[in-house]
Amino acid sequence: MKLNRKPKIIIMSGYGLNCEEETKFAFEKAGGQADIVHLNDLIASPAILKEYDILAFPGGFAYGDDTGSGKAYANKFKNHLSKELTEFLTRDTLVIGICNGFQITTSLGILPGALTFNSGGKYLDRWVDLKVEGKSPWLTGIKTISVPIAHGEGQYTISAKDYKNLKKNKQIAFTYTKGNICKFQNLKANPNGSMHDIAGVLAYNGRVLGLMPHPERAMFSHQSPMWQKNKKMITSEWGDGILIFKNAINYFRNKN
Amino acid sequence: MISRVYVAQKNKDVREGLYKKSWASLGLKGKISNIQIIDSYLIEHSLGHDSLIKIGEALTNPILEEYSINLIPSGKKSTYLIEIGYKPGVTDNVAHTVKETITDLLHLPHNSNLNVFSSKVFLINGNITNSDAKAIALSLHNPLIESSYITSSQEIEKKRNLPLKVPEVILGKHTPVIKISLNVSDDELVRIGREGVQDPETGGRRGPLALDLDSMKTIREYFIKLQRDPTDIELESLAQTWSEHCKHTIFASAIDDVKEGLYKTYIKGATNIIRMKKGKDDFCVSVFSDNAGGIAFDDEYLITHKVETHNSPSALDPYGGAITGIVGVNRDCIGFGLGAKPVANTYGFCLGQPSDKRKFYKAANFKQEMLSPRRIMDGVIRGINTGGNCSGIPTLSGFIKFDDRFRAKPLVFAGTVGLIPTKINGKPSYEKSAKPGDYIVVVGGRVGLDGIHGATFSSVVMDSNSPATAVQIGDPITQKKLSDAIVKEARAMDLYNSITDNGAGGISCSVAEMAKECGGAKVNLEKVPLKYPGLRPWEIWISESQERMTLAIPPKKWEVFNTLMKRRGVEATVIGEFTDSGKCIVSYGGKNIMDMELDFLHNGYPKKHLQTTPYLYSYPDPKLPKGISRTKVLEDLLSNNNIGSYSFVSEQYDHEVQASSVLKPLSGPGRINTDAQVFKPVLSSNKGVVISAALFPSYSDINTYDMAAGSLDTAVRNAVAAGAKLSHLAILDNFCWCSSYDKKRLAELLDSLKACYDAAVAYGTPFISGKDSMFNDFSGFNEKGKPIKISIPPTLLISAISVMPDLHKTISPEFKSPGDIVYLLGETKDELGASEYFKMLGSLGSNVPKVDYKKNLKTYKALEDAIEHNLIESSLSVTSGGLGIAIAKACVGGMLGTKINLEGDSSIDVKLFSESQGRILVSVSPQNIKKFEKLITGIAFNRLGTVSKDGKVSISSGKNKVVDTNIKKLHGLYHKFSESMK
Repeated sequence: MKLNRKPKIIIMSGYGLNCEEETKFAFEKAGGQADIVHLNDLIASPAILKEYDILAFPGGFAYGDDTGSGKAYANKFKNHLSKELTEFLTRDTLVIGICNGFQITTSLGILPGALTFNSGGKYLDRWVDLKVEGKSPWLTGIKTISVPIAHGEGQYTISAKDYKNLKKNKQIAFTYTKGNICKFQNLKANPNGSMHDIAGVLAYNGRVLGLMPHPERAMFSHQSPMWQKNKKMITSEWGDGILIFKNAINYFRNKN
Repeated sequence: MISRVYVAQKNKDVREGLYKKSWASLGLKGKISNIQIIDSYLIEHSLGHDSLIKIGEALTNPILEEYSINLIPSGKKSTYLIEIGYKPGVTDNVAHTVKETITDLLHLPHNSNLNVFSSKVFLINGNITNSDAKAIALSLHNPLIESSYITSSQEIEKKRNLPLKVPEVILGKHTPVIKISLNVSDDELVRIGREGVQDPETGGRRGPLALDLDSMKTIREYFIKLQRDPTDIELESLAQTWSEHCKHTIFASAIDDVKEGLYKTYIKGATNIIRMKKGKDDFCVSVFSDNAGGIAFDDEYLITHKVETHNSPSALDPYGGAITGIVGVNRDCIGFGLGAKPVANTYGFCLGQPSDKRKFYKAANFKQEMLSPRRIMDGVIRGINTGGNCSGIPTLSGFIKFDDRFRAKPLVFAGTVGLIPTKINGKPSYEKSAKPGDYIVVVGGRVGLDGIHGATFSSVVMDSNSPATAVQIGDPITQKKLSDAIVKEARAMDLYNSITDNGAGGISCSVAEMAKECGGAKVNLEKVPLKYPGLRPWEIWISESQERMTLAIPPKKWEVFNTLMKRRGVEATVIGEFTDSGKCIVSYGGKNIMDMELDFLHNGYPKKHLQTTPYLYSYPDPKLPKGISRTKVLEDLLSNNNIGSYSFVSEQYDHEVQASSVLKPLSGPGRINTDAQVFKPVLSSNKGVVISAALFPSYSDINTYDMAAGSLDTAVRNAVAAGAKLSHLAILDNFCWCSSYDKKRLAELLDSLKACYDAAVAYGTPFISGKDSMFNDFSGFNEKGKPIKISIPPTLLISAISVMPDLHKTISPEFKSPGDIVYLLGETKDELGASEYFKMLGSLGSNVPKVDYKKNLKTYKALEDAIEHNLIESSLSVTSGGLGIAIAKACVGGMLGTKINLEGDSSIDVKLFSESQGRILVSVSPQNIKKFEKLITGIAFNRLGTVSKDGKVSISSGKNKVVDTNIKKLHGLYHKFSESMK
């Protein structure tokens, strides 16, 4: 059913998540209405999850990555909100996990695979080029996109058997590819040794998206490393990243 | 019961290769066949086996890991096992998380008798001996805070479990409070001041008070009047409050005929006159009075900035020192006004050369070896990494400088820019005042023995008396929870009257500081939450345990505040109340153990009158290379680690969180380090904030006036080159000096302050905040056991912060397009003294760059104008290494060549490598050169040549080709040091 109001987004916060404000800004610029909700407040009133159309786990450093990225936050979420999460997913809703949020959603078990230490062994902040592989409301109309990563544990890992299924079901959202940015700064395509160059994956018919790169850090054109070089040609204030948020909003606007 | 849960990686572990590489430097290349790294959680509990299984499952990601209980996973064969854990009482962040996870998972009460201790276990297989294993263990831990356990494979096989013993803090029973008679000889007074109070139980000294004889005598007089002896806590408290670290006595004292002292005359004096001249254009809002300086951002917001140093702790534990440096300065931001939100971090390291293998010892007989420069470098880089990345604050701006003399103490700078609405609940956000009757509330971490005597330690030379307890470990997540709860929630709810950071001196300083606002305080020390029992009152009072803020909360708002904190997982405790008694009173066990007038505590210290004696340093010029080619010189300089890239640091710091990035730490296709950075603190506004920093420690070898003038000029120039507005630019000072009671050093200090005043007033750029660290010296022994003293070169870091109306005007430093015309703005003079070039040639010379404020100001205004009119394609501030290096960097950044001709009569060495201040290398599109040249008439400039796409970098002087190289080669050399550090 088509919504006759702005789609509502719940953005999780607390325990060291830290990208909630810019994620809210991106969703609202895309046309949604977003609330930042602390995990403990959701645990105290789990019923509020019913009011939302989109659930976002933003980036950050929940629990300082202690015991492995995403694990402790996912444990707490699972321990108190398993039933509500299942209910949320049975409705026609969207979920996104960005960076630490991706690590949390894989630990929650709603996305396949796992994230481990970068092959370079260090935290890395740089830009990457992504190629869209799968089908998802989040990815409508996007073929390639350039956005930054910033993580220490972003190496995507999956068993051979699960990878086969992933491929068959078109659950790979993005792969790292050598596009404009990599050519511009002479960088290798895959920044962290991810298996099969996987940067993001899908589940629940593409409604749940998890990705290591940060689309909200590429929402303005001036955020790109190529902006200085191409400044004179760039007319739009908006960058590649905002498309993902707009797609999510349009999913609810265009529904019949 | 005590159990161990082990979690091991199932697949290939990338860390294995990194450790192999790192251990190769211990002479173990090729000797190690495999390493398995296992997380161990030692758990003290009263739980059943079922619960342990649940815990194991929660701590394991089944795709990546597997767990076992009380059984070391039997993976591959190994010859040695090394376990690295924390010493008793040291902050163990991982263990905190595990404890929280278990408590939540099993729905245990929060006061259950559950304890967790984390450690890392290395199973090493290879052809190594026991002493190799010891060397590996030493490379993996810092014995000040961590412990290691080594066992051989035979031993492992016997039990396949590690000892089930918890690292508990066991503090003996102490007399809680002792009285100290000051009715003793001067010698004994000096000794108490230098080495601390004598402990009646051990006979040992409790650590430096850093109080000189004058101060000790003043204290004696005060207590004679009170007709009693001081208690230990009173003496410790005075030592904290009067420390150089807290009171900045050197900057506050009269010096020669400067009666008002250096700070009032030259720093505050400059700001006052600038603000007066600016009149209604004054953008300063809160200067020098708070934890950070605050200036206007727009009609709705203020931005704040503060830069701290954390040198002494970083010398002992580089990782802990740097992490507490950065999270500590974050608290200065949170403690500005009613609490500013941190929006950018800055860092800076001055270190010994990482290749330096010389050994130094703090004590005689080769005892207490100092850490190597490489170890310090790796540690401080990692510290800012953890502290900045975990806190969700972009780490934007930074530098690394190397000089052998920074082996005395490494300088670790850490800064934080904050954002705060100008008004909160209709009241100015930058004003705050504790009221009599308000509760004194401490929020955040608990108190332990960590960080005792930090403030007094940093006020003295480092030697064998340096206290190990001065080391702290930061916990950025505890602080993040605290920061979010205060800045994002409690602040808007109007729940407190005042707030400040607990930094140096712990609650002894924060409570005494806030007590000034209302006129008194009364604290009950038994209320302070502790990490473990057994601390003595004086220890609780001065401990610098991290992640704590102190607030003044009206009693009727306490319940709401405490409920909010509980829901955010933050501990808050009432420890007393603010009063108007004029006194600071502390009680313990029902008795008042400290009872002093606030006025004496804050103003009682003896006033000094410092004297200087003149100095003159001059060195011969070095022998210059023969011939006319300087290609090799330029290439050598570019690969010098004081000039080349440190991208390996920039790229491991998250500089894009908060989605605010505009001009990044690395720019262009060739990824050169930028000298200024631009960001967008308010996502809905197009205003940008520009930050930069500069320092020239080597110039101090010739003249500190020129050193300071050069630092200030360069910080301002770096910012303007990126698009900053001089009319809305403020600066911060960080003095790092040495042997500061030496009259020559004081003369050098006085000179540098004069330069600060002259330059700031000339440019109209007010100081808004500052910090000093005056004793960066090391007294110890060298490899031969001979006594030595090392002092750092006097160093002044100037940081700049500016607001630009439209961030789209930002200009990056690298060349953009072939065909663009290259200009040099400003004048090149014969100023090779203490330049990178002369340093490389081995003699400093004497012509250190002098700053012409008048001419430079005109240049900067012209550049501002040109940027405003969109006439500039690239803009790079000429700094260390001179014009030759600036050209090379602009080429590398843009991965483009250039053809340059340097006109004029001066020598090629001067043209290429002189470090004359006030110069900017810009490129202009051919269609704009007419307009551009019209705009810059009236300032000194040279049209140098053009940007080319052939990748050749060629520089001529008249008819002679003096540099002939190419961009591929220069790119490799520029990044050489950085690549070798990966």
